[in-house]
Amino acid sequence: MTETVRTERAGARWLTVAAWRGLFRDRPIIPLLGLLGVLMVVSELVRPGIVSTQWLGAMVRGAVPLAILAGCQTLAMITGGIDLSVGAVASMSGFVVATFVSSPGGWPVGLAVALVAAILAGLVTGIGVGVFRVHPLIMTLGMSFVVLGLANVWQLVKVQAGGGVPPELRWLGSASVAEIVPYSLLVFVPVAVLILLILRRTGYGRLLYAIGDNPIAARLSGARAWQVLITLYVLSAVLAAIAGFVLTGLTNVASVTLADSAVLPSVAAAVIGGTSIMGGRGGYGGTMVGALILTVISSLLSSLGYPEAVRQVLFGAIIVAVAAAYTRVTAEA
Amino acid sequence: MTLAATDLLLEATGVSKTYGAVVALKAASLAVRPGEVHALMGANGAGKSTLVKILTGAVRPDSGTIAVRGRPRIVHSPGEARRGGLVSVYQEPALIPDLDIRSNLRLTETPIEPFRHWLRELGVDDLDLLSTARHVPLASLRIIDLARALAIEPDVLMLDEMTAALPANLTERVLEVIGRLRGGDRSVIFISHRLIEIGAVCDRATVLREGETVGVVDVDEGSEERIVELMLGDIVKGLPGRDGRRATGGARATAAKPRLTARNLASGTKLQDVSFDLAPGEVLGVVALEGQGQDELFDVLAGSERASSGELLVDGSPVSFHHPADAIRAGLVFVAADRAEALLMQRSVRENIALPYTARIRSWGPIDLRGEGRTVDAAVATLQIDARAGREVRRLSGGNQQKVTIARWVAGGVKTLLCFDPTRGIDIRTKQQIYVLLRELAEAGAAVLLYTSDLKEIPLVCDRAIVIFGGRVVSEIDAASADETALLRAAYNLRSDALMPEDVAAEAVAGAVGAEVAGPLPDESPASGQPASER
Amino acid sequence: MTATAGTVETAGAQPTEALARWARRNAWSLGLLAFFAALLVFTKFIQPSYGVTGVQGLAISVLPLALAAVAQAIVVISGGIDLSIGSMMALTNVVAASLMLGRSDEFAVVVVVGVLLLGLVLGAVNGALVVLTRVPDIVVTLAMSFVWAGCALLVLKTPGGGSAQWLKDLVLGPLGNEWIPKAAIVLVLIVGLIWWAVRRSRFGLSLYAIGSNQLAAFRSGVSVGRAKVFAYALTGLFAAFAGLSLTASTGIGNPLSGSYTLQSVAAVVLGGVSLAGGRGGAFGPIVAVLILALLRTDMTFLNLNPNLATSAQGIILIGVVMVGTLFQIRRGRP
Repeated sequence: MTETVRTERAGARWLTVAAWRGLFRDRPIIPLLGLLGVLMVVSELVRPGIVSTQWLGAMVRGAVPLAILAGCQTLAMITGGIDLSVGAVASMSGFVVATFVSSPGGWPVGLAVALVAAILAGLVTGIGVGVFRVHPLIMTLGMSFVVLGLANVWQLVKVQAGGGVPPELRWLGSASVAEIVPYSLLVFVPVAVLILLILRRTGYGRLLYAIGDNPIAARLSGARAWQVLITLYVLSAVLAAIAGFVLTGLTNVASVTLADSAVLPSVAAAVIGGTSIMGGRGGYGGTMVGALILTVISSLLSSLGYPEAVRQVLFGAIIVAVAAAYTRVTAEA
Repeated sequence: MTLAATDLLLEATGVSKTYGAVVALKAASLAVRPGEVHALMGANGAGKSTLVKILTGAVRPDSGTIAVRGRPRIVHSPGEARRGGLVSVYQEPALIPDLDIRSNLRLTETPIEPFRHWLRELGVDDLDLLSTARHVPLASLRIIDLARALAIEPDVLMLDEMTAALPANLTERVLEVIGRLRGGDRSVIFISHRLIEIGAVCDRATVLREGETVGVVDVDEGSEERIVELMLGDIVKGLPGRDGRRATGGARATAAKPRLTARNLASGTKLQDVSFDLAPGEVLGVVALEGQGQDELFDVLAGSERASSGELLVDGSPVSFHHPADAIRAGLVFVAADRAEALLMQRSVRENIALPYTARIRSWGPIDLRGEGRTVDAAVATLQIDARAGREVRRLSGGNQQKVTIARWVAGGVKTLLCFDPTRGIDIRTKQQIYVLLRELAEAGAAVLLYTSDLKEIPLVCDRAIVIFGGRVVSEIDAASADETALLRAAYNLRSDALMPEDVAAEAVAGAVGAEVAGPLPDESPASGQPASER
Repeated sequence: MTATAGTVETAGAQPTEALARWARRNAWSLGLLAFFAALLVFTKFIQPSYGVTGVQGLAISVLPLALAAVAQAIVVISGGIDLSIGSMMALTNVVAASLMLGRSDEFAVVVVVGVLLLGLVLGAVNGALVVLTRVPDIVVTLAMSFVWAGCALLVLKTPGGGSAQWLKDLVLGPLGNEWIPKAAIVLVLIVGLIWWAVRRSRFGLSLYAIGSNQLAAFRSGVSVGRAKVFAYALTGLFAAFAGLSLTASTGIGNPLSGSYTLQSVAAVVLGGVSLAGGRGGAFGPIVAVLILALLRTDMTFLNLNPNLATSAQGIILIGVVMVGTLFQIRRGRP
């Protein structure tokens, strides 16, 4: 008797709780988009007239660098890692470009130098994580110290030469078509398509998930993790450099610590987007929405005159709540 | 009924436990009288360890009641069980590796003097309490764990494979100490694969099979046969086509040139010396008790570990594997028993099956989704995988999960399949499908090496079988004509001649038990190497 | 039973052997100490004027980070990690500074006790969230680092507040001999008393136990969840000590904490605490902090670009972990 009662109740629950669980677990982007919509409605309610095409353009423009950095975290977290060096690499890249403005060759040379430096940093990180099996947290943390120090040295070397954010970067980072569609999408759309394609349609993407989900199974199937990881951290460093270029243009500031404050939000955006820090689960679609959500919340709070402090507290609370919700719905039944 | 209940020190009834799709215990019961040493028997995966974990509060049962001295008791944690007088010594010693022994004793609030006393009783007089547990050999750790449990004088002491990994002399002391506990007001629950030890120290035995208690036996002369019978269950029931299915197999296999040849393989401490030939079209069985070196053998063959000595030939040419990828390239593919080790639990059936095809660096590029879909669909159809919940493999049943691990290799055509206990913990229908599949693969020319803990599979699936004991091949059996009792006896290495009439066999077991009680242990433990009876 | 003696590798304890074992077990810390001593000699060699002021400056400048490193060490030993230490320091720092500004010395005592309790509570909240939500430590503490930093900004928008004079006097200047900085005494007292007491207790053992092998700890009767919350609370307490030391040494409260969190992780790893948990102590990380600070000083003496010190710290961190991992890999294969 009790058996049948229990199954009946379970059947009824399936329609409600389990269905929601399934939605969160399999298509987190739908509730996230819902949350984004709610935030926009709230913005409009508390500040009538604020939501416009210009506002949307500004939100996207503000979210682009964060979304690219969060892309680095998404890729790394899918393998069970994390990349704390994106901030230092991004700042260094933007800064290096700025120091080349008045040199012969101008900013394109700076762009090339910055990319090469980023690739080198990513290569060392990848070798450390993939070959020497240093914990990614430690490896990328150490690498961020190394990059920051070297960037500082570069700053002292170049301080006489002078420099500044090249107008081309400013245009890329902060200008928009008809004040609405930001030019930074010229960079972001290819980057986003690349990440999405890698994760969904390539053997390499499959291996990222495989290594994060179960390194032993990946190994037993013949995958060599070091190859995957070195490629991953090089890719992540290149993406971080691109984010650095855009961010430098957006803020019109070239500083060796410019992107430091974006590191933790980039992890937050990926976590909110449904990527698990334990690896094997997540994707870039959710991360992009996550970056937008964080940007909208920031803007909403600042438009209400709340201090930076409230934003931070709210960010933290949201991350814990969302991560706890994901943990709950993805736990094995 | 109530009177009888109060007579018992510990009583568990109707205990069940499922892990996801895997049923570990269905309806287990256990009744232990004061002062007895009670054996808990069952084949691998029968649910012994789960029952012990439930009794000590390490795992919560889904249903069932547990009563201590007639009073119902719900235990929430090992700490609570310990205070309530229920203590277990697990297969892996519960000592903190980074703490020294003295700190480990303080952690469990164990009095030092009784601990030393029991340590001496167990034959270890010179233990340095300040040595870090990590640096103490496993055998000593198990003795320390046992002494620690004895020191707090528990009502019920549970010993899970206590004598495994112990050298013969320590095994003897342990059995002696356990035997002396009989007749008091405390009890011991004793889990062991070694029938001889059961006969030597136990009063009664409860037998589990597939998560159910199937019988309680008074241990005396001749009860081993009954226990073995209960453990194996009704062998023939539900298994189709036992007779005449495979008349050609053996003969054809031996005629062909071997696909895989192992010569004197050794690795680590457990794998000592294993040689065999595996021909195309043949299923070669590996019969072994737990921990006889079969794990290491498969690790070496699959490229996970390197052999410390010996030679491996594929199609007649020597090979050396540094990575599983090398083994795969040589056509040796591995199906692991532990599905948690083989599957990407959070990924889809499709990704799991396609995994080996994206592993190589040259297949990192775009995936041919349509081609992959065809391959995967074909594999799913071949293995009859129910992929309705295929979005995440962890939501499949255990049987379907196991099929996915096999489908991964079958999808691309298989030359040499290494199966390590592929049917552990899965339902009978799936088991049959896997048997049929293995046979079909062999008919199609694949070479299959099959280790199974379920001995009745050997005559069903295999052409020949090798028996590994103590890291060495001790005998080879023509599988088709071997019966289960004989195989079990061979696995226990009771007598090299696996095929003997029932009555003679029973005598042999009884004789061995008698000899054990009278004097030193026979060559039973893995540490003692190759038994003399084999020569 | 002679065979038994052969199979069980044990031997009676002798004083010399006990000493040798102690040295072996603390080899990494002792090595760090020797390196630190060598570095001091080297500093004196390249900068003969390095003396009392240098030592005093070193002690006062490393005090907050040393306490933060101990805080991180505790939670890492228990198998977790706390990325909110810097934020907890900032919060306790500004709470203390804003409450003490212009108040009496007696009231300051109440503030100090209250702030220490606040640290315990902050840490316990971190720990409870880790245990209850089952979200990985790294994510929870990362998120809480936002929360605590935001709270710090709510308390004090810009650097300000003040410190009771006695609190400043507690850490500034020498005690008795001019070579003995008060800051060092304070550090030794705080860490010595609390960490020593914890380590000797059964609760301290359970910290090592859950970090070393959670299953074995559970089976040994340790309440894993409770031990974890306790570890985080203790970390919060030491973060509060670190925050107070900032108040005392700078005389004000600053809501922007600087990079104490990541530096504490670096110090813990350099100090021989295994990130996998269960191994290490408080001494190694403190010496590591001293070495890193002195290296930075030496670089200025050598007229090297002091920014290279940041890179050097990163390279040392990576190098040490790489070598350590290599050893582990080799040891894992008999």
